[in-house]
Amino acid sequence: MTTQAPGSFEGDMARAVLSADRTAAPGWMDAESAFRFRVYRNNLRHGLAGLLADAFPVVRRLVGAEFFEAAAAVFVERHPPEDRMLAAFGGGFPEFLDSFEPARSVPYLGDVARLERARIEALHAADAAPLDPVSVSALGERVVSARFVPHPACRLLRSPHPVLSIWQANVRAEAASSAFRGEPEAVLITRPVLEVHVVALSEADAAFADALLQGHSADEANGIAVALDPCFEPMRAFRTLLDSGAFRGLQNASTFQTKSKQGSGS
Amino acid sequence: MNACETHDRAAWRDRTGNRLPEAAGVGFKFQHTENVFSTPGQVGWMEVHPETYMVEGGPRLRILDGLAEVYPISLHGVALSLAGETPPDLDHLKRMKALVDRVDPAQISEHLAWSDHGGVYFADLLPVRLTRATLERVVQNVERIQDYLGRRILVENPSNYLVLPGAEMTETELLIRLAERTGCGLLIDVNNIYISETNVGDRDVGDAQERGRRYLDLLPGELIGEIHLAGHSVDPAEGRDLLIDDHGAPVADPVWGLFEHLIARIGPRPSLIEWDNNIPEWTTLAGEVAHADEVLRRHRFAGPSVEAAQ
Repeated sequence: MTTQAPGSFEGDMARAVLSADRTAAPGWMDAESAFRFRVYRNNLRHGLAGLLADAFPVVRRLVGAEFFEAAAAVFVERHPPEDRMLAAFGGGFPEFLDSFEPARSVPYLGDVARLERARIEALHAADAAPLDPVSVSALGERVVSARFVPHPACRLLRSPHPVLSIWQANVRAEAASSAFRGEPEAVLITRPVLEVHVVALSEADAAFADALLQGHSADEANGIAVALDPCFEPMRAFRTLLDSGAFRGLQNASTFQTKSKQGSGS
Repeated sequence: MNACETHDRAAWRDRTGNRLPEAAGVGFKFQHTENVFSTPGQVGWMEVHPETYMVEGGPRLRILDGLAEVYPISLHGVALSLAGETPPDLDHLKRMKALVDRVDPAQISEHLAWSDHGGVYFADLLPVRLTRATLERVVQNVERIQDYLGRRILVENPSNYLVLPGAEMTETELLIRLAERTGCGLLIDVNNIYISETNVGDRDVGDAQERGRRYLDLLPGELIGEIHLAGHSVDPAEGRDLLIDDHGAPVADPVWGLFEHLIARIGPRPSLIEWDNNIPEWTTLAGEVAHADEVLRRHRFAGPSVEAAQ
């Protein structure tokens, strides 16, 4: 994780401050200083756990403060920040929760964290004017072959769990609530101006949105969605995406070709 | 006499091009967004942590732009790791410069501390050894930052919880030499001094407040460009022998006492009320701001100007 020069004072303190051992202190410290070194350990953990608690309030509500703090402490030790922009801290927390053994009994926890994380990413993403519906109407029949540029704040989450229902029931509730039928849900997260919006999408709508956001044409995206749901209504689904501010603009043919080449390798 | 007086009073401003008013300001918190825009006359200036605004877009930057229209802004960095073994992160400096260009801050400051090592950012202010090697490192880093930003900065004294071995100078000596070598100014956190003198001060010399006064008296007034005031808490394990700098309580009486002692000697300075935990209602903050302003007004004519006039 780190590459400290051996014998460096800062290196010794850096190792001790991150150590899972609560009494860790550099060997050259006298006993009183070594005891007091915990202040730095506590400050670091308290500060970063506080950032996670602010960023993932629904996860915290679902598992309780005590469990959350224990999970946050392990996360901080395993994934200390590499970035000074702490607004970005916690990007790996959903994946961490997926594999965090004590959280196994809450299988949807990682996806609830993904939703909370996506809302933060949307909040801090670059500002951009959403695609104007007028420029789409102007395309007329050609809209079927159009390809769209995703808005920088647009995120799509497709979950095998009722992630949006769980989030909505807990985001303002007094007590944690998790009595839901286990139906999959998909969520579109956007921030057209200053406020973050979340919109529930059906499975076919989500497949359509996913395809458009990845640069497929409207026609191709429609094909993908119809395969999932023969009754899929492309115009209604498209209107939802447009009204939510999912797109920034239209791709022209040449930029799309460049993009699809880059994308083919991943 | 008048020319001399003007020169003396301006010295601390000239040092870093300080444009903060000689009044109390507050550390801005999002909870108080409505208050700071609806009652703009209550507080003289606003301090923000630039790291909080290092985002690509969205409401935070909108709020920062709004603050900068209404208030003089101080950018108080926490992540440049002045005493780090490696030079300040260039990407971070670039983002800092972008914010400086965006809000044209009246002042920029950082801490005598380190916060990154081996690619990890500790999100905390870790302690420095008071050695010549540390001084050289901090001098170089402050010069790099000042050159890059095209501005001089203030450097803040730390809260100390323990004594690191091998000291070759005192903290005030290190700070003064740093200012002499780089042209930077000092941000004197009076709460940090009280905490340090309580935690690790020489028990043979008076109490923490007496030791704090001695620390303050060693600092040339013209180096001091800003003052911080905050609350602290008592360590649960060690009690009153170990104070924790948590910025989560009202400014303690002995800290107000040290503040007045300093202002009576050097004259008014931009002075900040800082809360980062248990953030109170705006009225509590405004009350502390009024208290600080009252001290600043009382000593409006203190400092070199009066000495010179006599």
